[in-house]
Amino acid sequence: MAFLELNKVEKTFFSKETLTEAIRDINFSVDEGEFISIIGPSGCGKTTLLSLISGLILPTKGSIKLDGREIKKPTPETGYMLQQDYLFPWLSIEKNITLGLKTMGKLSNKTKKHALYLLREMGLGDKAKNYPNELSGGMRQRVALVRMLSTDPKLLLLDEPFSALDYQTKLKLEDLVFSTIREHKKTAILVTHDIGEAIAMSDRVIMLSDRPGTIQRIFHIPEELKSRLPFEARNHSLFNKSFQEVWKELESLEQTS
Amino acid sequence: MNKRHEHLQHMHLNYVKQLTREKRFVRLTQLVIFVSFFAFWEIATSRHWIDPLIFSSPGRVWNMFLVRIQDGSLLTHASVTLFETVLGFILGTALGTILAAILWWSPFLTRVLDPYLVVLNSMPKVALGPILIVALGPGMQSIIAMGVLISVIITTIVVYNAFKGVDHNYLKVIQSFGATKQQSFFSVILPASYPTIISTLKVNVGLSWVGVIVGEFLVSKQGLGYMIHYGFQVFNFTMVMLALLIIAVLATCMYQLVEFLERKLIHKHQV
Ligand SMILES: Nc1ncnc2c1ncn2[C@@H]1O[C@H](COP(=O)(O)OP(=O)(O)O)[C@@H](O)[C@H]1O
Ligand SMILES: [Mg+2]
Repeated sequence: MAFLELNKVEKTFFSKETLTEAIRDINFSVDEGEFISIIGPSGCGKTTLLSLISGLILPTKGSIKLDGREIKKPTPETGYMLQQDYLFPWLSIEKNITLGLKTMGKLSNKTKKHALYLLREMGLGDKAKNYPNELSGGMRQRVALVRMLSTDPKLLLLDEPFSALDYQTKLKLEDLVFSTIREHKKTAILVTHDIGEAIAMSDRVIMLSDRPGTIQRIFHIPEELKSRLPFEARNHSLFNKSFQEVWKELESLEQTS
Repeated sequence: MNKRHEHLQHMHLNYVKQLTREKRFVRLTQLVIFVSFFAFWEIATSRHWIDPLIFSSPGRVWNMFLVRIQDGSLLTHASVTLFETVLGFILGTALGTILAAILWWSPFLTRVLDPYLVVLNSMPKVALGPILIVALGPGMQSIIAMGVLISVIITTIVVYNAFKGVDHNYLKVIQSFGATKQQSFFSVILPASYPTIISTLKVNVGLSWVGVIVGEFLVSKQGLGYMIHYGFQVFNFTMVMLALLIIAVLATCMYQLVEFLERKLIHKHQV
Protein backbone atom coordinates (compact mmCIF):
# COMPACT_ATOMS: atom_id res chain seq x y z
CA MET A 1 0.00 0.00 0.00
CA ALA A 2 1.28 3.42 -0.95
CA PHE A 3 1.88 6.19 1.56
CA LEU A 4 -0.50 8.60 -0.12
CA GLU A 5 -3.25 7.47 -2.44
CA LEU A 6 -5.59 9.61 -4.49
CA ASN A 7 -8.50 7.78 -6.02
CA LYS A 8 -10.80 9.44 -8.59
CA VAL A 9 -10.49 12.75 -6.79
CA GLU A 10 -12.73 15.55 -7.99
CA LYS A 11 -13.28 19.04 -6.65
CA THR A 12 -15.91 21.51 -7.74
CA PHE A 13 -16.39 24.89 -6.07
CA PHE A 14 -19.92 26.14 -5.74
CA SER A 15 -21.13 29.67 -5.38
CA LYS A 16 -24.57 31.18 -5.86
CA GLU A 17 -23.97 32.15 -9.47
CA THR A 18 -21.31 29.75 -10.65
CA LEU A 19 -19.83 26.34 -10.29
CA THR A 20 -16.13 25.88 -10.92
CA GLU A 21 -14.81 22.45 -11.65
CA ALA A 22 -11.21 22.76 -10.47
CA ILE A 23 -9.91 19.20 -10.81
CA ARG A 24 -11.35 15.98 -12.15
CA ASP A 25 -10.49 12.32 -12.01
CA ILE A 26 -7.12 12.57 -10.30
CA ASN A 27 -5.50 9.23 -9.57
CA PHE A 28 -1.98 8.80 -8.32
CA SER A 29 -0.08 7.46 -5.39
CA VAL A 30 3.10 8.50 -3.65
CA ASP A 31 5.51 6.22 -1.82
CA GLU A 32 7.15 7.12 1.43
CA GLY A 33 10.30 9.18 0.85
CA GLU A 34 9.34 10.15 -2.69
CA PHE A 35 9.63 13.67 -4.04
CA ILE A 36 6.82 14.59 -6.44
CA SER A 37 6.41 17.79 -8.41
CA ILE A 38 3.14 19.01 -9.86
CA ILE A 39 3.23 21.37 -12.80
CA GLY A 40 0.59 22.73 -15.11
CA PRO A 41 -0.91 25.92 -16.52
CA SER A 42 -1.94 28.53 -13.98
CA GLY A 43 -5.45 28.07 -12.65
CA CYS A 44 -5.46 24.36 -13.46
CA GLY A 45 -6.05 23.37 -9.85
CA LYS A 46 -2.57 22.79 -8.40
CA THR A 47 -3.23 24.72 -5.20
CA THR A 48 -6.63 23.08 -4.93
CA LEU A 49 -4.99 19.67 -5.14
CA LEU A 50 -2.55 20.51 -2.33
CA SER A 51 -5.34 21.94 -0.16
CA LEU A 52 -7.25 18.70 -0.65
CA ILE A 53 -4.27 16.59 0.38
CA SER A 54 -3.70 18.83 3.40
CA GLY A 55 -7.28 18.25 4.56
CA LEU A 56 -8.14 21.96 4.61
CA ILE A 57 -10.83 21.30 2.01
CA LEU A 58 -12.64 18.08 1.17
CA PRO A 59 -13.07 16.51 -2.27
CA THR A 60 -16.46 16.61 -3.95
CA LYS A 61 -15.91 13.01 -5.01
CA GLY A 62 -13.27 10.34 -4.60
CA SER A 63 -10.94 9.58 -1.72
CA ILE A 64 -7.55 10.64 -0.47
CA LYS A 65 -5.82 8.25 1.87
CA LEU A 66 -2.71 8.88 3.91
CA ASP A 67 -1.19 5.74 5.46
CA GLY A 68 -4.42 3.97 4.58
CA ARG A 69 -6.64 6.43 6.43
CA GLU A 70 -9.02 8.77 4.69
CA ILE A 71 -8.11 12.44 5.18
CA LYS A 72 -11.05 14.33 6.68
CA LYS A 73 -9.29 17.28 8.31
CA PRO A 74 -5.71 18.56 8.71
CA THR A 75 -3.55 15.99 10.45
CA PRO A 76 -0.21 16.37 12.24
CA GLU A 77 1.33 14.04 9.64
CA THR A 78 1.03 16.71 6.97
CA GLY A 79 2.83 20.04 6.78
CA TYR A 80 1.59 22.67 4.38
CA MET A 81 3.55 25.63 3.09
CA LEU A 82 1.42 28.21 1.31
CA GLN A 83 2.32 30.11 -1.83
CA GLN A 84 3.65 32.98 0.28
CA ASP A 85 5.34 32.70 3.65
CA TYR A 86 2.46 34.19 5.68
CA LEU A 87 4.61 34.60 8.76
CA PHE A 88 2.64 36.37 11.47
CA PRO A 89 4.00 39.92 11.52
CA TRP A 90 3.13 40.40 15.19
CA LEU A 91 5.18 37.41 16.34
CA SER A 92 8.95 37.10 16.60
CA ILE A 93 10.67 34.50 14.42
CA GLU A 94 10.97 32.21 17.43
CA LYS A 95 7.24 32.51 18.13
CA ASN A 96 6.49 32.01 14.45
CA ILE A 97 8.42 28.77 14.14
CA THR A 98 6.86 27.34 17.30
CA LEU A 99 3.33 28.29 16.25
CA GLY A 100 2.52 24.79 15.02
CA LEU A 101 3.89 23.16 18.17
CA LYS A 102 1.89 25.53 20.34
CA THR A 103 -1.31 24.97 18.35
CA MET A 104 -0.91 21.21 18.61
CA GLY A 105 -0.14 21.45 22.33
CA LYS A 106 3.30 19.97 21.74
CA LEU A 107 5.39 22.94 22.82
CA SER A 108 8.00 21.85 25.33
CA ASN A 109 11.60 22.76 26.01
CA LYS A 110 12.71 19.87 23.85
CA THR A 111 10.54 20.63 20.81
CA LYS A 112 11.38 24.33 21.05
CA LYS A 113 15.07 23.50 21.08
CA HIS A 114 14.57 21.36 18.03
CA ALA A 115 12.79 24.19 16.21
CA LEU A 116 15.65 26.55 17.03
CA TYR A 117 18.09 23.90 15.85
CA LEU A 118 16.28 23.75 12.51
CA LEU A 119 16.43 27.52 12.32
CA ARG A 120 20.21 27.38 12.80
CA GLU A 121 20.39 24.66 10.17
CA MET A 122 18.76 27.11 7.76
CA GLY A 123 21.44 29.65 8.61
CA LEU A 124 19.10 31.87 10.62
CA GLY A 125 20.21 31.07 14.15
CA ASP A 126 20.79 34.73 14.95
CA LYS A 127 17.32 35.83 13.82
CA ALA A 128 15.19 34.15 16.51
CA LYS A 129 14.42 37.43 18.28
CA ASN A 130 13.80 39.40 15.09
CA TYR A 131 10.45 40.07 13.46
CA PRO A 132 9.37 38.95 9.97
CA ASN A 133 9.50 42.45 8.46
CA GLU A 134 13.20 42.64 9.33
CA LEU A 135 14.00 39.65 7.09
CA SER A 136 14.48 39.34 3.36
CA GLY A 137 12.14 37.27 1.17
CA GLY A 138 14.50 34.31 1.06
CA MET A 139 14.97 34.34 4.83
CA ARG A 140 11.24 34.52 5.42
CA GLN A 141 10.70 31.54 3.15
CA ARG A 142 13.27 29.57 5.13
CA VAL A 143 11.50 30.53 8.37
CA ALA A 144 8.22 29.30 6.89
CA LEU A 145 9.96 26.06 6.07
CA VAL A 146 11.20 25.71 9.66
CA ARG A 147 7.69 26.48 10.92
CA MET A 148 6.41 23.57 8.86
CA LEU A 149 9.24 21.19 9.78
CA SER A 150 9.12 21.96 13.52
CA THR A 151 6.06 19.76 14.07
CA ASP A 152 7.85 16.92 12.32
CA PRO A 153 5.28 16.06 9.64
CA LYS A 154 5.92 13.07 7.40
CA LEU A 155 4.38 14.55 4.28
CA LEU A 156 5.38 18.03 3.12
CA LEU A 157 3.22 20.06 0.77
CA LEU A 158 5.00 22.99 -0.86
CA ASP A 159 3.02 25.43 -2.97
CA GLU A 160 5.37 27.37 -5.27
CA PRO A 161 7.70 28.12 -2.35
CA PHE A 162 10.33 29.83 -4.48
CA SER A 163 8.21 31.72 -6.98
CA ALA A 164 8.53 35.11 -5.28
CA LEU A 165 12.32 34.94 -4.93
CA ASP A 166 15.11 36.19 -7.14
CA TYR A 167 16.82 33.57 -9.26
CA GLN A 168 20.01 33.24 -7.22
CA THR A 169 18.17 32.89 -3.92
CA LYS A 170 15.84 30.41 -5.53
CA LEU A 171 18.68 28.17 -6.73
CA LYS A 172 20.30 28.21 -3.30
CA LEU A 173 17.04 27.47 -1.52
CA GLU A 174 16.27 24.60 -3.88
CA ASP A 175 19.47 22.90 -2.77
CA LEU A 176 18.82 23.66 0.87
CA VAL A 177 15.23 22.42 0.82
CA PHE A 178 16.16 19.36 -1.20
CA SER A 179 18.93 18.28 1.17
CA THR A 180 16.87 19.08 4.26
CA ILE A 181 14.01 16.94 2.99
CA ARG A 182 16.36 14.10 2.06
CA GLU A 183 18.16 14.27 5.36
CA HIS A 184 14.95 14.13 7.39
CA LYS A 185 13.57 11.41 5.08
CA LYS A 186 10.36 13.24 4.29
CA THR A 187 7.88 12.68 1.54
CA ALA A 188 7.25 15.84 -0.44
CA ILE A 189 4.86 17.22 -3.02
CA LEU A 190 6.03 20.42 -4.66
CA VAL A 191 3.85 22.62 -6.83
CA THR A 192 5.80 24.79 -9.24
CA HIS A 193 5.45 26.46 -12.60
CA ASP A 194 9.18 26.14 -13.25
CA ILE A 195 9.89 23.06 -15.38
CA GLY A 196 13.58 23.12 -14.49
CA GLU A 197 12.83 23.21 -10.79
CA ALA A 198 10.43 20.28 -11.09
CA ILE A 199 13.02 18.17 -12.90
CA ALA A 200 15.94 19.18 -10.70
CA MET A 201 14.18 18.48 -7.43
CA SER A 202 11.90 15.53 -7.87
CA ASP A 203 11.66 11.82 -8.62
CA ARG A 204 8.47 12.16 -10.62
CA VAL A 205 6.76 15.08 -12.29
CA ILE A 206 2.99 15.07 -12.60
CA MET A 207 1.65 17.39 -15.26
CA LEU A 208 -1.92 18.60 -15.03
CA SER A 209 -4.00 19.69 -18.00
CA ASP A 210 -5.95 22.94 -18.20
CA ARG A 211 -8.89 23.42 -15.88
CA PRO A 212 -10.54 21.20 -14.93
CA GLY A 213 -7.16 19.70 -14.11
CA THR A 214 -6.69 16.08 -14.99
CA ILE A 215 -3.41 14.21 -15.10
CA GLN A 216 -1.90 14.95 -18.49
CA ARG A 217 1.23 12.91 -18.10
CA ILE A 218 3.62 11.61 -15.48
CA PHE A 219 7.36 11.94 -16.14
CA HIS A 220 9.90 9.73 -14.45
CA ILE A 221 13.14 11.53 -13.81
CA PRO A 222 16.34 9.57 -14.61
CA GLU A 223 18.23 8.11 -11.66
CA GLU A 224 21.30 10.28 -12.41
CA LEU A 225 19.32 13.47 -11.82
CA LYS A 226 17.28 12.21 -8.88
CA SER A 227 20.29 11.62 -6.67
CA ARG A 228 22.01 14.94 -7.36
CA LEU A 229 21.47 18.28 -5.68
CA PRO A 230 19.13 20.44 -7.78
CA PHE A 231 21.91 22.81 -8.80
CA GLU A 232 24.09 19.95 -10.01
CA ALA A 233 21.15 18.28 -11.69
CA ARG A 234 20.45 21.47 -13.64
CA ASN A 235 24.00 21.26 -15.03
CA HIS A 236 23.86 17.55 -15.83
CA SER A 237 23.93 16.43 -19.46
CA LEU A 238 20.65 14.53 -19.07
CA PHE A 239 18.82 17.56 -17.71
CA ASN A 240 18.21 19.15 -21.06
CA LYS A 241 16.63 16.05 -22.52
CA SER A 242 14.11 15.83 -19.70
CA PHE A 243 13.49 19.52 -19.95
CA GLN A 244 12.71 19.30 -23.67
CA GLU A 245 10.36 16.40 -23.07
CA VAL A 246 8.35 18.23 -20.44
CA TRP A 247 8.48 21.48 -22.39
CA LYS A 248 7.02 19.87 -25.52
CA GLU A 249 4.16 18.34 -23.58
CA LEU A 250 3.36 21.69 -21.96
CA GLU A 251 3.51 23.37 -25.38
CA SER A 252 1.07 20.87 -26.86
CA LEU A 253 -1.26 21.61 -23.94
CA GLU A 254 -1.21 25.29 -24.70
CA GLN A 255 -1.84 24.73 -28.41
CA THR A 256 -4.94 22.65 -27.89
CA SER A 257 -6.48 25.12 -25.53
CA MET B 1 36.83 62.30 0.29
CA ASN B 2 37.21 63.60 3.81
CA LYS B 3 36.39 67.07 2.70
CA ARG B 4 33.28 65.85 0.99
CA HIS B 5 32.21 64.07 4.13
CA GLU B 6 32.73 67.21 6.19
CA HIS B 7 30.69 69.16 3.74
CA LEU B 8 27.82 66.66 3.95
CA GLN B 9 27.95 66.74 7.72
CA HIS B 10 27.77 70.46 7.67
CA MET B 11 24.74 70.31 5.41
CA HIS B 12 23.07 67.81 7.70
CA LEU B 13 23.69 70.09 10.67
CA ASN B 14 22.05 72.94 8.82
CA TYR B 15 19.13 70.75 7.93
CA VAL B 16 18.59 69.80 11.59
CA LYS B 17 18.87 73.44 12.61
CA GLN B 18 16.26 74.37 10.03
CA LEU B 19 13.92 71.71 11.36
CA THR B 20 14.31 72.96 14.94
CA ARG B 21 13.72 76.50 13.81
CA GLU B 22 10.51 75.55 12.00
CA LYS B 23 9.26 73.60 14.98
CA ARG B 24 9.96 76.51 17.30
CA PHE B 25 8.08 78.85 15.00
CA VAL B 26 5.04 76.56 14.97
CA ARG B 27 5.07 76.36 18.79
CA LEU B 28 5.41 80.12 19.07
CA THR B 29 2.48 80.74 16.74
CA GLN B 30 0.36 78.30 18.72
CA LEU B 31 1.23 80.14 21.93
CA VAL B 32 0.42 83.51 20.38
CA ILE B 33 -3.02 82.26 19.26
CA PHE B 34 -3.68 80.84 22.73
CA VAL B 35 -2.71 83.99 24.58
CA SER B 36 -4.46 86.31 22.10
CA PHE B 37 -7.65 84.34 22.39
CA PHE B 38 -7.85 84.78 26.15
CA ALA B 39 -6.56 88.34 26.00
CA PHE B 40 -9.15 89.26 23.40
CA TRP B 41 -11.86 87.52 25.41
CA GLU B 42 -10.86 89.46 28.53
CA ILE B 43 -10.62 92.83 26.78
CA ALA B 44 -13.76 92.33 24.70
CA THR B 45 -15.87 91.61 27.75
CA SER B 46 -14.36 94.31 29.96
CA ARG B 47 -15.00 96.91 27.26
CA HIS B 48 -18.47 95.49 26.62
CA TRP B 49 -17.81 94.73 22.94
CA ILE B 50 -19.46 91.43 23.77
CA ASP B 51 -21.92 90.85 26.60
CA PRO B 52 -20.00 89.68 29.73
CA LEU B 53 -23.21 88.22 31.13
CA ILE B 54 -23.27 85.73 28.27
CA PHE B 55 -19.61 85.26 27.49
CA SER B 56 -18.22 85.73 30.99
CA SER B 57 -14.48 86.44 30.98
CA PRO B 58 -11.21 84.65 31.71
CA GLY B 59 -10.81 86.59 34.95
CA ARG B 60 -14.20 85.56 36.22
CA VAL B 61 -13.70 81.98 35.15
CA TRP B 62 -10.36 81.93 36.92
CA ASN B 63 -11.85 83.33 40.11
CA MET B 64 -14.63 80.80 40.07
CA PHE B 65 -12.07 78.09 39.40
CA LEU B 66 -10.16 79.09 42.56
CA VAL B 67 -13.32 79.28 44.67
CA ARG B 68 -14.65 75.96 43.44
CA ILE B 69 -11.32 74.28 43.94
CA GLN B 70 -11.20 75.49 47.50
CA ASP B 71 -14.69 74.34 48.42
CA GLY B 72 -13.92 71.04 46.71
CA SER B 73 -17.02 71.09 44.52
CA LEU B 74 -15.12 71.29 41.24
CA LEU B 75 -13.09 68.23 42.08
CA THR B 76 -16.28 66.30 42.85
CA HIS B 77 -17.95 67.33 39.62
CA ALA B 78 -14.89 66.62 37.52
CA SER B 79 -14.15 63.26 39.08
CA VAL B 80 -17.75 62.09 38.79
CA THR B 81 -17.82 62.91 35.09
CA LEU B 82 -14.39 61.48 34.47
CA PHE B 83 -15.35 58.25 36.22
CA GLU B 84 -18.53 57.92 34.15
CA THR B 85 -16.72 58.65 30.93
CA VAL B 86 -13.84 56.25 31.53
CA LEU B 87 -16.24 53.50 32.54
CA GLY B 88 -18.54 54.14 29.57
CA PHE B 89 -15.55 54.16 27.28
CA ILE B 90 -14.06 50.93 28.58
CA LEU B 91 -17.39 49.11 28.71
CA GLY B 92 -18.40 50.36 25.26
CA THR B 93 -15.16 49.20 23.66
CA ALA B 94 -15.02 45.89 25.51
CA LEU B 95 -18.67 45.09 24.88
CA GLY B 96 -18.37 46.08 21.23
CA THR B 97 -15.34 43.83 20.78
CA ILE B 98 -17.06 40.92 22.51
CA LEU B 99 -20.16 41.37 20.36
CA ALA B 100 -17.93 41.47 17.28
CA ALA B 101 -16.30 38.21 18.40
CA ILE B 102 -19.73 36.59 18.79
CA LEU B 103 -20.72 37.73 15.32
CA TRP B 104 -17.47 36.36 13.88
CA TRP B 105 -18.16 33.08 15.63
CA SER B 106 -21.63 32.65 14.22
CA PRO B 107 -22.23 33.64 10.59
CA PHE B 108 -25.87 32.69 11.13
CA LEU B 109 -26.25 35.24 13.92
CA THR B 110 -24.48 37.85 11.78
CA ARG B 111 -26.99 37.44 9.00
CA VAL B 112 -29.91 37.52 11.40
CA LEU B 113 -28.70 40.59 13.28
CA ASP B 114 -27.50 42.55 10.27
CA PRO B 115 -30.63 44.73 9.73
CA TYR B 116 -30.94 45.40 13.47
CA LEU B 117 -27.35 46.60 13.62
CA VAL B 118 -27.97 48.91 10.69
CA VAL B 119 -31.02 50.42 12.37
CA LEU B 120 -29.31 50.77 15.74
CA ASN B 121 -26.27 52.32 14.14
CA SER B 122 -28.27 54.93 12.24
CA MET B 123 -30.29 55.77 15.35
CA PRO B 124 -29.18 58.92 17.23
CA LYS B 125 -28.37 57.16 20.48
CA VAL B 126 -28.90 60.20 22.73
CA ALA B 127 -32.56 60.16 21.71
CA LEU B 128 -32.82 56.97 23.73
CA GLY B 129 -31.82 58.88 26.88
CA PRO B 130 -35.30 59.23 28.37
CA ILE B 131 -35.95 55.52 27.92
CA LEU B 132 -32.69 54.67 29.65
CA ILE B 133 -33.59 56.89 32.55
CA VAL B 134 -36.99 55.32 32.93
CA ALA B 135 -35.48 51.85 32.72
CA LEU B 136 -32.38 52.29 34.86
CA GLY B 137 -33.42 55.14 37.15
CA PRO B 138 -32.25 58.73 37.18
CA GLY B 139 -28.76 57.99 38.44
CA MET B 140 -25.24 57.25 37.44
CA GLN B 141 -26.20 53.93 35.80
CA SER B 142 -28.20 55.75 33.15
CA ILE B 143 -25.36 58.15 32.41
CA ILE B 144 -22.80 55.37 32.07
CA ALA B 145 -25.25 53.39 29.97
CA MET B 146 -25.50 56.38 27.68
CA GLY B 147 -21.71 56.51 27.36
CA VAL B 148 -21.70 52.81 26.49
CA LEU B 149 -24.66 52.91 24.15
CA ILE B 150 -23.25 55.66 22.02
CA SER B 151 -20.05 53.74 21.22
CA VAL B 152 -20.95 50.07 21.42
CA ILE B 153 -22.73 49.57 18.09
CA ILE B 154 -20.19 51.37 15.96
CA THR B 155 -17.39 49.49 17.77
CA THR B 156 -19.13 46.20 17.05
CA ILE B 157 -19.45 47.00 13.37
CA VAL B 158 -15.93 48.31 12.88
CA VAL B 159 -14.22 45.54 14.84
CA TYR B 160 -16.34 42.83 13.22
CA ASN B 161 -15.29 44.10 9.81
CA ALA B 162 -11.67 44.02 10.92
CA PHE B 163 -12.11 40.41 12.08
CA LYS B 164 -13.63 39.49 8.77
CA GLY B 165 -10.98 41.34 6.81
CA VAL B 166 -8.08 39.29 8.19
CA ASP B 167 -6.27 37.55 5.35
CA HIS B 168 -7.65 34.00 5.10
CA ASN B 169 -4.21 32.61 4.41
CA TYR B 170 -3.13 33.33 8.00
CA LEU B 171 -6.06 31.18 9.05
CA LYS B 172 -5.00 28.47 6.63
CA VAL B 173 -1.54 28.44 8.19
CA ILE B 174 -2.87 27.79 11.65
CA GLN B 175 -5.64 25.47 10.49
CA SER B 176 -3.06 23.33 8.73
CA PHE B 177 -1.70 22.70 12.22
CA GLY B 178 -5.18 21.52 13.22
CA ALA B 179 -6.23 24.69 15.06
CA THR B 180 -9.66 24.83 16.67
CA LYS B 181 -11.93 27.80 16.03
CA GLN B 182 -10.96 29.19 19.43
CA GLN B 183 -7.26 28.93 18.63
CA SER B 184 -7.84 30.56 15.26
CA PHE B 185 -9.57 33.45 16.99
CA PHE B 186 -7.02 34.10 19.70
CA SER B 187 -3.89 33.37 17.66
CA VAL B 188 -4.85 35.05 14.42
CA ILE B 189 -8.06 37.05 14.29
CA LEU B 190 -7.64 39.02 17.49
CA PRO B 191 -3.94 39.95 17.22
CA ALA B 192 -4.32 40.80 13.54
CA SER B 193 -7.13 43.21 14.48
CA TYR B 194 -5.35 45.01 17.33
CA PRO B 195 -4.62 48.12 15.24
CA THR B 196 -8.31 48.51 14.40
CA ILE B 197 -9.40 47.95 17.98
CA ILE B 198 -6.97 50.58 19.19
CA SER B 199 -8.15 53.07 16.61
CA THR B 200 -11.75 52.53 17.72
CA LEU B 201 -10.53 53.36 21.23
CA LYS B 202 -9.60 56.80 19.97
CA VAL B 203 -13.00 57.37 18.42
CA ASN B 204 -14.75 56.02 21.50
CA VAL B 205 -13.01 58.49 23.81
CA GLY B 206 -14.83 61.29 22.01
CA LEU B 207 -18.12 59.41 21.80
CA SER B 208 -18.18 58.56 25.50
CA TRP B 209 -17.78 62.23 26.41
CA VAL B 210 -20.80 63.07 24.28
CA GLY B 211 -22.88 60.32 25.86
CA VAL B 212 -21.96 61.20 29.41
CA ILE B 213 -22.42 64.97 29.08
CA VAL B 214 -25.83 64.51 27.45
CA GLY B 215 -26.69 61.99 30.16
CA GLU B 216 -25.79 64.52 32.81
CA PHE B 217 -27.88 67.20 31.10
CA LEU B 218 -30.84 64.90 31.49
CA VAL B 219 -30.61 63.51 35.00
CA SER B 220 -27.67 64.36 37.09
CA LYS B 221 -27.18 66.42 40.21
CA GLN B 222 -23.43 66.20 39.78
CA GLY B 223 -20.80 66.36 37.13
CA LEU B 224 -19.50 68.76 34.52
CA GLY B 225 -22.54 68.21 32.29
CA TYR B 226 -24.69 69.14 35.25
CA MET B 227 -22.59 72.30 35.80
CA ILE B 228 -23.23 73.34 32.20
CA HIS B 229 -26.92 72.59 32.41
CA TYR B 230 -27.35 74.28 35.79
CA GLY B 231 -25.22 77.29 34.83
CA PHE B 232 -27.38 77.73 31.75
CA GLN B 233 -30.60 77.60 33.74
CA VAL B 234 -29.52 80.17 36.35
CA PHE B 235 -27.80 82.25 33.69
CA ASN B 236 -24.37 81.76 35.25
CA PHE B 237 -22.25 81.52 32.14
CA THR B 238 -19.01 81.71 34.08
CA MET B 239 -19.91 78.29 35.41
CA VAL B 240 -20.68 77.03 31.89
CA MET B 241 -17.34 78.30 30.58
CA LEU B 242 -15.43 76.81 33.51
CA ALA B 243 -17.03 73.41 32.90
CA LEU B 244 -16.27 73.63 29.19
CA LEU B 245 -12.61 74.42 29.81
CA ILE B 246 -12.26 71.57 32.29
CA ILE B 247 -13.87 69.18 29.78
CA ALA B 248 -11.48 70.35 27.08
CA VAL B 249 -8.48 69.65 29.32
CA LEU B 250 -9.71 66.26 30.55
CA ALA B 251 -10.83 65.00 27.13
CA THR B 252 -7.47 65.97 25.66
CA CYS B 253 -5.59 64.18 28.44
CA MET B 254 -7.67 61.04 27.92
CA TYR B 255 -7.04 61.13 24.18
CA GLN B 256 -3.31 61.53 24.73
CA LEU B 257 -3.36 58.60 27.13
CA VAL B 258 -5.02 56.41 24.50
CA GLU B 259 -2.43 57.49 21.96
CA PHE B 260 0.29 56.58 24.42
CA LEU B 261 -1.37 53.18 24.91
CA GLU B 262 -1.52 52.77 21.15
CA ARG B 263 2.22 53.23 20.85
CA LYS B 264 2.78 50.78 23.69
CA LEU B 265 0.35 48.11 22.58
CA ILE B 266 0.70 48.01 18.84
CA HIS B 267 3.85 46.27 18.05
CA LYS B 268 6.03 48.35 15.83
CA HIS B 269 6.38 45.33 13.59
CA GLN B 270 2.71 44.97 12.92
CA VAL B 271 2.05 46.04 9.37
N1 LIG C 1 -12.26 28.70 -2.80
C1 LIG C 1 -12.54 28.75 -4.11
N2 LIG C 1 -13.79 29.07 -4.53
C2 LIG C 1 -14.08 29.09 -5.85
N3 LIG C 1 -13.21 28.84 -6.82
C3 LIG C 1 -11.96 28.52 -6.47
C4 LIG C 1 -11.56 28.46 -5.11
N4 LIG C 1 -10.24 28.11 -5.06
C5 LIG C 1 -9.86 27.99 -6.35
N5 LIG C 1 -10.89 28.21 -7.21
C6 LIG C 1 -10.84 28.11 -8.66
O1 LIG C 1 -10.33 26.84 -9.00
C7 LIG C 1 -9.44 26.93 -10.10
C8 LIG C 1 -8.08 26.36 -9.71
O2 LIG C 1 -7.45 27.23 -8.79
P1 LIG C 1 -6.02 26.93 -8.15
O3 LIG C 1 -6.06 25.58 -7.55
O4 LIG C 1 -5.68 28.05 -7.24
O5 LIG C 1 -5.10 26.95 -9.44
P2 LIG C 1 -3.50 26.95 -9.55
O6 LIG C 1 -2.93 26.86 -8.16
O7 LIG C 1 -3.16 25.79 -10.40
O8 LIG C 1 -3.11 28.23 -10.22
C9 LIG C 1 -9.37 28.40 -10.48
O9 LIG C 1 -10.23 28.60 -11.57
C10 LIG C 1 -9.87 29.11 -9.26
O10 LIG C 1 -10.53 30.30 -9.62
MG1 LIG D 1 -1.68 28.16 -7.07
